[in-house]
Amino acid sequence: MAEKKKLRIQDLAKIREKTRALTTIRESEGRAKVTVHMGTCGIAAGAREIMDALLDEMQKNKVQDVIVSTSGCAGLCNREPMATVEFKGQPPVKYVDLTPDKMRKIFAEHVLCGRVVPAHALAVGSETVY
Amino acid sequence: MKQYRAHLLVCAGTGCVSCGAFKIKEALEKEIQKRKLQDEVLVIATGCNGFCERGPILMVHPDGVFYQQLKVGDVPFLVEEHLLKGRPVKKLMYIPPEEKEPIPKMKDIEFFKHQRLIVLRNRGRIDPEKVEEYIAFDGYEAMGKALAEMTPEKIIAEITASGLRGRGGAGFPTGKKWAAGRAAKGSPKYLICNGDEGDPGAFMDRSVLEADPHAVLEGMVIGAKAVGAEKGFIYIRHEYPLALKRVVIAIEQARDNGLLGEDILGTGFNFDLEIVEGAGAFVSGEETALIASVEGRIGMPRQRPPYPAQKGLWGKPTVINNVETWATVPNIILRGAKWFSGLGTKTSKGTKIFSLVGKINNTGLVEVPMGISLKDVIYGIGGGIPGGRDFKSIQIGGPSGGCIPAKMLDLPVDYESLTEAGAMMGSGGMIVMDDKTCMVDIAKYFLNFLRDESCGKCVSCREGTQRMWEIVKKITEGKGTERDLVVLEDVARTCKDASLCGLGQTAANPVLSTLQYFRHEYEAHILDKRCPAGVCTALIRYVVVAEKCTGCLACKTACPTQAIKGTLKDVHLIEQAKCIKCGACQEACRFEAIEAQREEAIQVI
Repeated sequence: MAEKKKLRIQDLAKIREKTRALTTIRESEGRAKVTVHMGTCGIAAGAREIMDALLDEMQKNKVQDVIVSTSGCAGLCNREPMATVEFKGQPPVKYVDLTPDKMRKIFAEHVLCGRVVPAHALAVGSETVY
Repeated sequence: MKQYRAHLLVCAGTGCVSCGAFKIKEALEKEIQKRKLQDEVLVIATGCNGFCERGPILMVHPDGVFYQQLKVGDVPFLVEEHLLKGRPVKKLMYIPPEEKEPIPKMKDIEFFKHQRLIVLRNRGRIDPEKVEEYIAFDGYEAMGKALAEMTPEKIIAEITASGLRGRGGAGFPTGKKWAAGRAAKGSPKYLICNGDEGDPGAFMDRSVLEADPHAVLEGMVIGAKAVGAEKGFIYIRHEYPLALKRVVIAIEQARDNGLLGEDILGTGFNFDLEIVEGAGAFVSGEETALIASVEGRIGMPRQRPPYPAQKGLWGKPTVINNVETWATVPNIILRGAKWFSGLGTKTSKGTKIFSLVGKINNTGLVEVPMGISLKDVIYGIGGGIPGGRDFKSIQIGGPSGGCIPAKMLDLPVDYESLTEAGAMMGSGGMIVMDDKTCMVDIAKYFLNFLRDESCGKCVSCREGTQRMWEIVKKITEGKGTERDLVVLEDVARTCKDASLCGLGQTAANPVLSTLQYFRHEYEAHILDKRCPAGVCTALIRYVVVAEKCTGCLACKTACPTQAIKGTLKDVHLIEQAKCIKCGACQEACRFEAIEAQREEAIQVI
C-alpha cells in the first residue's frame, strides 16, 4: 500500500474547509435553508426532480453553507412542486409550480445572490413543520 | 467531500449497541438504498449520545430531530415519512415521563438542555472511526498550536492556570503533575493514559474513548511536548472491546496522517503510543498499581513517594492522567485557560462527566459544570425518581464513594464539598437510590465488591474489607448486635488510616457514610430486627393483603418456585416454606396486594 501523505499544520485548515458541509449540517447553522415540500402531492407533482436539481447545483457550485431539507405538504397542493428559501433573520419565500430549471434559476439568483425571483414566488411568509 | 442533504447519526456506544444499534443502522442503509436516497442521505455511527436509557438512538440532521427506542420495524416508516416526505415521526420521539407531547429536537430535551459539553463535545456528532470528521470539528488544531507556537513551559503554565484537576478520582492539579514530570531527571520519560475504569455502573472513560478517541490522542501529544516524553501508553480494560477497537483505529489513522509517530505535523516532534490491555482489576486504576501492570507484573500499588512523575514506569519519570483529563487538554489549549477557569467553582474548574444510574428516570452519561447542585443533576437532568417515589440517597464516587442523604440535595458537586460530605468525586459514578433501597444492604454490596478487589498487600484493607463485609452481612441477616456497630466503625477507621493506596483508604466510605447518615437503619436491623426498606430477605416475608388481592393469578405466574396457591378470583396465599423471597410477585402485582412484612419468627428471638 502506498504511503499516505503526512499532514502539515496548514493541511488541517484545508481539511476543515473541505468538510465544512459536514459541520454545517450537523450544527444546523447554515447561512440559508432550502426546503423542498415533499408531501404525497409534492412527490406526485415531481418534487423528486426538484430535489435532484437542487442537490446537483449545490455540488456543482461547491456550496456548503446551505441546508437542504424536506417538509410535508404546505396545503397548496395544486401549486406543487414547491420549495421555500429561508435566510437567517428574514421571512421565508415560497416558490410554486417548480420545474428543475426554475429551481436551478432560483438557486443561482436567490440562494447564491440573495435576490428573490418574483416570477416564481408565491408569497413571503412562514410556516412551521411541527 | 460529497454533499448530502441529511445526515443520520446512529448512536453506537456500548449501551445502544447492546440494544441493537448496528441492526438499526443496517436497516436504515437498506431502506435508504431501496428508496434510492443513498446519494442524498448519509448514515453514520457515532459514539455514545449519553441518553442510554432511551437507546437505540438516532439523530437526524440538519433538523436536529431526536428519535429513541427504535426497533428495526420502525425504520421503513421513519425513512418514508421523515426523509421522503419530510414529516418527522412523532411516535418515535421522546416523551418526558408524565407528559403527553413529544419533544422533537434534542436541544429542547431536559436531559440535554442543562449539560455543558466540552469533553463530550463530539459525542453523537462525529464518526469516531474517521479522523477527517474529528478534524472537521477543530480536531488536532490545539495540537498544531502547542507543537508550533508554544514552549513546554508555556503549555504547562496554561494548564496550571486553567485549574484543571485530575478527573480520575483524587483531583490532583494536572499542571503541577506535568511540571513535576518535566522537572524530573531521567530519560526516556513516559506518558500513560489511565483507562482502567472499574467501578460498577460507571462508563465515563469508556464513552470518551468510544465517542472521541482522537481527543485523547491529541491531549497526550500536547502533554508529551510539555513533559518531554516520546512514548506513551493507553491502558484500557480488556472488557471494553468497542473502546479498544476505536482507539486502535484512531492510532492507526493518526499515524498514517502524520499526527502521531515521527515528525508530527512536520514540526519535528516525535511521540508514539502503544495500547496495553488491562485484565480488569479495580486496584489497577491506582497509578502505581497500573504502572506495575503495564510492566507485566501483578497490579499492586507501592509506597509513594517517589511519585510516578519522579520514578514511574521502569523507574523513569512517568505522567499518568485519566482518559477524561487527557481529553480535556485540547479544549484548554485551543480556547485558553481563562475560558476554562471561567467554568465551575473556586477550586474545581471546568466540567465533569458523570454516569447517572440507579433509580432515576433518565439513565445516562452527563457532562455538567462543576459546582452544579445535586438537585439539578437528579431532578433537572435526571428527570427525578421513577414511579414518583421518594429520593433517599445518592452514592457518588464509585464503590468506595459515599452515600449522600436527601437532606443534602443542595450540595454543590465539586471535589471539596463531596469529600467533606463523606463521598468523593472519584471518577464520576452517581448511583441514585429511592426509598425502597436499604442502606445497610447497599453497604454490603459495595463491601462485597471491595473485598474481592482488594489486592491483599495491606492487612488493614485485605482483612478490613472482609471483616466489614462479614459484620454488615450479619446485620442484614438480623443477627447483629450493638457491639457490632462499634467494631465496624473501628475496623472502618483503621482501614482508612492504615492502608497504602486509594482503594484501602476509601474502602470504608460506604460504611462510614451510611453510618453517619443512616445509622437509624442499622439500628432498626439490630434492635428491632426489621429492614425499614423491606429489602433484606432474612428480615421480611411476603404476604398477600386479602383486601387488595383480586385473584388475577399474575403473582402465581411470576413465582419461580410455585410458592403461591390460589385460583382465579380467589385471594391467593404465599406458602412461606417454598418462598425464596425474590420479590417477583410484588413486581408482578398491579394492585399493591403483596407486602413485604417483618419476619415474625425473628422478632420473637
